[in-house]
Amino acid sequence: MKILVAVKRVVDYNVKVRAKADGSGVETANVKMSMNPFDEIAIEEAVRLQEAGKAKEIVAVSLGVAACQDTIRTALAMGADRGILVETDAELQPLAVAKLLKVVVEKEQPDLIILGKQAIDDDANQTGQMLAALLGWSQGTFASKVEIGDGAINVTREVDGGLETVAIKLPAVVTSDLRLNEPRFVKLPNIMKAKKKPLAVLKPAELGVDIAPRLITLKVQEPPKRQAGIKVDTVAILVDKLRNEAHVI
Amino acid sequence: MSILVIAEHDNAVLKAATLNTITAASQLGGDIAILVAGHQCGAVAQAAAQVVGVKKVLVADAPHYANQLAENVAALVVSLAGGYSHILAPATAAGKNTLPRVAALLDVAQVSDVIKIDSVNTFVRPIYAGNVLATVQSQDSVKVMTVRGTAFPAAATTGSPASIEAVAPVADAGLSSFVGQQLTQSDRPELTAARIIISGGRGMGNGDNFKLLEDVADKLSAAVGASRAAVDAGFVPNDYQVGQTGKVVAPDLYIAVGISGAIQHLAGMKDSKVIVAINKDEEAPIFQVADYGLVADLFVAVPELSRELDQLKAAG
Repeated sequence: MKILVAVKRVVDYNVKVRAKADGSGVETANVKMSMNPFDEIAIEEAVRLQEAGKAKEIVAVSLGVAACQDTIRTALAMGADRGILVETDAELQPLAVAKLLKVVVEKEQPDLIILGKQAIDDDANQTGQMLAALLGWSQGTFASKVEIGDGAINVTREVDGGLETVAIKLPAVVTSDLRLNEPRFVKLPNIMKAKKKPLAVLKPAELGVDIAPRLITLKVQEPPKRQAGIKVDTVAILVDKLRNEAHVI
Repeated sequence: MSILVIAEHDNAVLKAATLNTITAASQLGGDIAILVAGHQCGAVAQAAAQVVGVKKVLVADAPHYANQLAENVAALVVSLAGGYSHILAPATAAGKNTLPRVAALLDVAQVSDVIKIDSVNTFVRPIYAGNVLATVQSQDSVKVMTVRGTAFPAAATTGSPASIEAVAPVADAGLSSFVGQQLTQSDRPELTAARIIISGGRGMGNGDNFKLLEDVADKLSAAVGASRAAVDAGFVPNDYQVGQTGKVVAPDLYIAVGISGAIQHLAGMKDSKVIVAINKDEEAPIFQVADYGLVADLFVAVPELSRELDQLKAAG
């Protein structure tokens, strides 16, 4: 089985982001960038399937600026076999990413595509579902467990009331949730090896895809800050305040 | 303008998140139709018809809609989409699963997690775990959007009944099938619908200690939640999780016990009306958003809280 994994370069999860003063976007200059944490889980799952003898080849794909090569190299260091960057400086929204990935998928013919369930920058949670729709494939989103069977996979999904398991036909799209696995730490020798793995660069124009944004961002701002309240000394005072001041119990 | 709202339900009960989504639809203006796709879901259609603002209920009743498989429900929504200017679903696990599939098939963008409606094509949504709010304008002919329930009040269910129409199912795509589910059984209210929530974090130490919170929860008719740290540590199941990657809640009262207040968690509860923090570390970030903070050992404070509530009840 061949697995394709999509990885996104995002502002590192430890960075406290700030809106630009003019409201045009988020400050990303001189900010640490990393692989989207959900995508690390996606790569890890692919590598584990390969280690279990269930997958032959893993291709890591990223879309965006030239620096996304770093993100792909991280994926290669984790265990992916080769990388593809669809390079553009243009803003890419989920629908455009799904369309670009579709063309890559048609060339690569993977049996399984794994993506993070959402990116921690735009929090859209759309690309995997959109890609599955455009391909006419099945989808197993928010996965916490993936079991490969014959021609189908069982995906256990994190849903609002607990867990749900669906059987989806291959080829399929899976999106990873937090509890699918714990990604490995990358070891130095693997980082060195990753530098020698193949990485192809494509341009959106070569793929013949319209990537024009469909949503225009008019304004980006920080929400009103919540004010810290008071400290109370005892449980009795707390209960009294909740009863007689806040009127919530 | 006409709006299609996709109902969230389990074939028996119309889920509350649908009511919040209908309020968002009402703010857009225009006629509202609600789609109930399910199997033997007549009771849900009846309930949907009572919601104030709903003009028409569309019911697609077929076995392959019983479990809300995205491949089948999306194909159905697309078959009905002609003529609607907006297609809305609650930003729940089901809505998030299905709606992007609808948007892609219609070749339009989706606006995720809408928290405010500025106009028929301009919406506010949180990005970066709610640390930043983006105002976006859709250029598409059809606006496909998921709605964050906590940002809109629930529509009333006291309307004069809307008409109910059966719509033809689309054939089963045969791509996926439902195998089973393990839903958490509880007599307490659902997290996203509860008026009061008491949540535990890593400070709880283990899953057994959540009994302390359950005891208080039962006295307040509250739901029990948890931080990601507590879920990751295996204290409680994943569906307890409040936070950016779990459930986003905004109850009247949120009591955070042994929760430090990571950004991830704050993103899921900071819109609560009143926040109480109980933590032995007075430097914990949770105190920066708490209306009432109690620096105390939770293993002393929570049982005491339980006793105080008993006294309150006894005093009437």
